[in-house]
Amino acid sequence: MKRRTSERHGEAGLLAEPARLELEAVTVAYNGQPVLVDVTFQVPHGAQVAVVGPNGAGKSTLFRALVGLLPLRSGRIFIHSRPLGHHRDCVAYVPQREEVDWRFPVTAADVVMMGRYGRIGWLRRPTRADRAAVARSMEQLGVADLADRPIGELSGGQQQRVFLARALAQEPHILLMDEPFTGVDVTTREATLALLDRLRDQGVTVMISTHDLNLAAERFDFVALLNRRLVAYGPPAQALTPQTIAEAFGGQALFLDGVAIVDRCCPPGEPQKRGG
Amino acid sequence: MVAWLTDPLVYAFMQRGLLASLMVGALCAVVGCYVVLRSLAFLGDALAHAILPGVAVAYLLGVNLLLGALAAAVLVALAIGRLSRHSLVQEDTAIGILFAAALALGVALISTIRTYAVDLTHILFGNVLGVSAGDLWLTGLLGLAVLTLIGLLYKPLLVVAFDPVLAATLRLPVERLRSLLLVLLALTIVVALQTVGVGLVAAMLVTPAATARLLTRRLPAMMAASAGIGAFSAVAGLYLSFYANVASGAAAVLVATLVFLLVFLFAPHHGRLWAALRERRGR
Repeated sequence: MKRRTSERHGEAGLLAEPARLELEAVTVAYNGQPVLVDVTFQVPHGAQVAVVGPNGAGKSTLFRALVGLLPLRSGRIFIHSRPLGHHRDCVAYVPQREEVDWRFPVTAADVVMMGRYGRIGWLRRPTRADRAAVARSMEQLGVADLADRPIGELSGGQQQRVFLARALAQEPHILLMDEPFTGVDVTTREATLALLDRLRDQGVTVMISTHDLNLAAERFDFVALLNRRLVAYGPPAQALTPQTIAEAFGGQALFLDGVAIVDRCCPPGEPQKRGG
Repeated sequence: MVAWLTDPLVYAFMQRGLLASLMVGALCAVVGCYVVLRSLAFLGDALAHAILPGVAVAYLLGVNLLLGALAAAVLVALAIGRLSRHSLVQEDTAIGILFAAALALGVALISTIRTYAVDLTHILFGNVLGVSAGDLWLTGLLGLAVLTLIGLLYKPLLVVAFDPVLAATLRLPVERLRSLLLVLLALTIVVALQTVGVGLVAAMLVTPAATARLLTRRLPAMMAASAGIGAFSAVAGLYLSFYANVASGAAAVLVATLVFLLVFLFAPHHGRLWAALRERRGR
């Protein structure tokens, strides 16, 4: 672990700048409907944040806005104290798994190499260093032996680990993962948790969305409780109280002896069907 | 056998036809890989038909027919890209509207011209044996330009096709790359017009690439295999038209289809025949 950390320090002063992420009164609309309203919070350098909320709370929308996939209706997003898109971005994003064309003729290693494209430049060929980064990332997520397999032939969990390896190969300052624990096998869950530990050592700022309140409380520095607006934000003990959970989840939360139980099924009238 | 292959080449028109077939077959097949992977088959067909009014206008103005075709194809390609960018109109609907409008305009214009018959047949069904040296140069230069761009922009085109979300996070100009792909497709179709014609160019785009997809697992290999199959089909079509007196474009498409069927049934990994046998043995 130590070796890897020092390596990253050597690469173009990766940690020289604090990877701070700030949202200022962010409002995002989707097809004219506001999905996120007036969201303001700050993520310090290297922190790990769990974004928690019911289905349709705007978790995916938040992530898509953070990587510039959705325009902001109002408000501002700053990365390294500079507005989004004003510098070469250092944000990697692992979306939910439905968003790529699985029949495409690419191998797992090809997919991970795409994570390097931003660094390679569009006209140059991958160098030995790029190939090494790809091999290392795949090794770390336990998919090195799948390198030459077509992406469409892998299992769902294997595919997700390939996409995590790609995000790792991007060497991001900020890593966003949308529902990485939803509907995955045990191996992938463990690999993802191990990845979170490693990213913590490397000082990478991480933000994930999840339904799992226990996981959010146990493994993360900050919890953002979201339901179209920011219900609560802070360390888990402060952010996750019966009041805030009831406020965010409404009728989906049930309290038994002070323990919150959240109904994870899609409520009727859910506009988008989610995996898992 | 060798004589059977070389004898026709004593004629200059056959030499030019052979060169044109090789170039067009390979070019269509490489561009066709993106057509197949992005499910643009309908668009390819639409673009080919949209060329008709351009040709008619060029004929009326007395300029080179290929230039007219080129202008019309690029115009329609960009218009489709523009129309479908707004989610109000879905892409296939946008294509359907423009395709029909352009075809109607072409037919309307052509119906006003009485002396058009011969050239029109050539545009509709192609005539590889009528390729002039000038046409050959145009084909070669345009084809080279298209292939060079596809090679140079391999990475961005791959990312945009496979994972638009990554493309956007890498700040690629996604819409511009999409439009560029449509323009490259339009150029390819115009280049292919003389060999296979408006009616059949879609087949030369789609069939070799679909065949190659069954045989390969990576995009560069798919493009190479597709180019080989496309060139072979076009040349085989040329010989068929020489010996059996069949229309060359139609012959090329029939050969390509035959190759596809053989691969579909007997391909080493995906072949339907082996799959059926495995199922039977498994019982």
